[in-house]
Order: sequence, then structure tokens, then C-alpha cells
Amino acid sequence: MIEFLTIGLGHYLTLAAVLFTIGIFGIFLNRKNVIIILMSIELMLLAVNINLVSFSAFLYDLVGQIFAMFVLTVAAGEAAIGLAIIVVYFRNRGTIEVEDINLMKG
Amino acid sequence: MILQGLTFYLFAAVAVAGGVMVVSARNPVHSVLFLILTFFTTAALFVLIGAEFLAMVLVVVYVGAVAVLFMFVVMMLDINFVEMREGFLQYMPIGVLVGIILLVELLMVLGTASMSPEVLATGTEPIPDLAQRHNTAAIGDVIYTKYIYLFQAAGMILLIAMVGAIVLTLRQRPGVRKQKIADQLARRREDAVELKKVQPGQGI
Repeated sequence: MIEFLTIGLGHYLTLAAVLFTIGIFGIFLNRKNVIIILMSIELMLLAVNINLVSFSAFLYDLVGQIFAMFVLTVAAGEAAIGLAIIVVYFRNRGTIEVEDINLMKG
Repeated sequence: MILQGLTFYLFAAVAVAGGVMVVSARNPVHSVLFLILTFFTTAALFVLIGAEFLAMVLVVVYVGAVAVLFMFVVMMLDINFVEMREGFLQYMPIGVLVGIILLVELLMVLGTASMSPEVLATGTEPIPDLAQRHNTAAIGDVIYTKYIYLFQAAGMILLIAMVGAIVLTLRQRPGVRKQKIADQLARRREDAVELKKVQPGQGI
């Protein structure tokens, strides 16, 4: 019981793996809705951050936390650009269904 | 130790449940709210592990900015979300299959991996004792000295993202009458008023 309650690196990595899988699953499940797909990507980035931070904490190395911060920066930029593209696309076409997005097919 | 373990399991369970609800909620607004819940619980887990600064950054940046941005876009676009859920069950089997395969692979890697004790000594920036230097100060010590160029590059990325988002969504609408201050200031008396000598008893 005590062993079960002693939290180690494996616990955090398992949590991150589960969250990452949920993100992948969400992309498959909501194939039509770009906004939910973007949210799934955010979940996956969060899982990566959990990995970095837990390794940093259990290896007593600060660099992991700094890299997690950079990942956070990129995630924020990605969300801003992605949502801007969605808004522009919706303004032009009146829909954001993934199957209708074929402007660049030629 | 026991309290820490129980706290971890509580927050981990809430985070996973929130993640599941993000991808399966009927209403996208609920999805965003569950995303916020997941971010909050992850921040709590970061506090538990000793990364206070990142926990606060997670709350400020993700909950305060990214999730609110999602909320705005979801609520401002007039989208028929019911129509979008067609084919939800059709994609379910392949999604579950891929998810299970991925999870089993990840857990297999986790189960068989083992860390050699020497790895502990190879860290480049050891975390100082929390009693002497707290987490935020320790991160500041490293990020403003050794990683200053990467830090500046991260700032540039944010700037480019901001400029890109504004350029993408800015709309130039023709036919809108706007105040042109330069034109107003450049007006002279001769442009506006013309004096005519009018003889008495005659028209112009």
C-alpha cells in the first residue's frame, strides 16, 4: 500500500502517456471539427510538458523546466495562429468542416 | 508521503477525466471548460512535483490566454456543431484502435526502461535546495544567463505569432468613411473659401 502511494517518475510518465493518447484519440474522434482538433493538440503538448517537468524534477536538472517553458511559448503561438486561420477561413467560406477544406488542392 | 500519493492520484484522475471529456463533449464550449479543468489539475501536479513557476505560467498562459482565446473563437463563429458530430461513431473504432496501440507501446517503453544511476550525475543545471533558492529564482538564474539567446528567440516567436494573427484577421473594408487627420490639417483657407465680388442688384 505504501509502495502504491509512493509517487515516482513512472507515475508521471504514465499520466503523460495517457493524456497524449487521449489527444491522438481526440483527433481521430472529431475528424470534422478543427477547433476540437486544435484542443487535442494542446492536450498533447501538455502531456509533453508533463514529461519534461517530471524528468526535470526526478533527475534534479533544471533544464527540463526551461524547455517546458519554451514548449509553452510555441504552444501559445500555435494556438493564436491556428485560431486566426480558422477565423479567416470561416469568414471566407462560412464553414470550418475539415472535409470542405480543399482550397489548396488545385 | 501518503498524502502526496493520494493527492497525485486525485489530480491525475481529474486530469484524465477532463481530457476524455475534452474530446467527447457534445458542446465545444464544454470542451473548452474541461480543457481549463485539465490545465488547472496539471498545474496542481506541477506544484506537487516542485515546479511552482511552471505551474503558475501554466495557469496564466494556458488558462488565462489560450483557453479564453478558444472560448472566444468557439462562441463567436456561428457554426452548426450538431452537424459536425456526424460520423463520430464511424471514426470511433479506428480511433480506439490507434489509441490502444499507442498507449500499449508507450507503456511497454515505460515498463522496460530503466535509468542508470549515473544519469543523475550528468545534469547540467542542478536544482538548488528549495530552502535556499526557490524555484522561480533558480529558473531565472539559468534562463537569463545560459539560455538568454533561446529566451530572446522565444520572445521573437511570440512577436511573429502576434503579428501573423493580426495580419491574418485584419480586414480592410472599402467604402468606410474614416477621419483623415493629415488631410484635415493640410487644408488651407484658399481650398475651402472663395470670395466673390457681388455687385449690388445683380446675381452671381
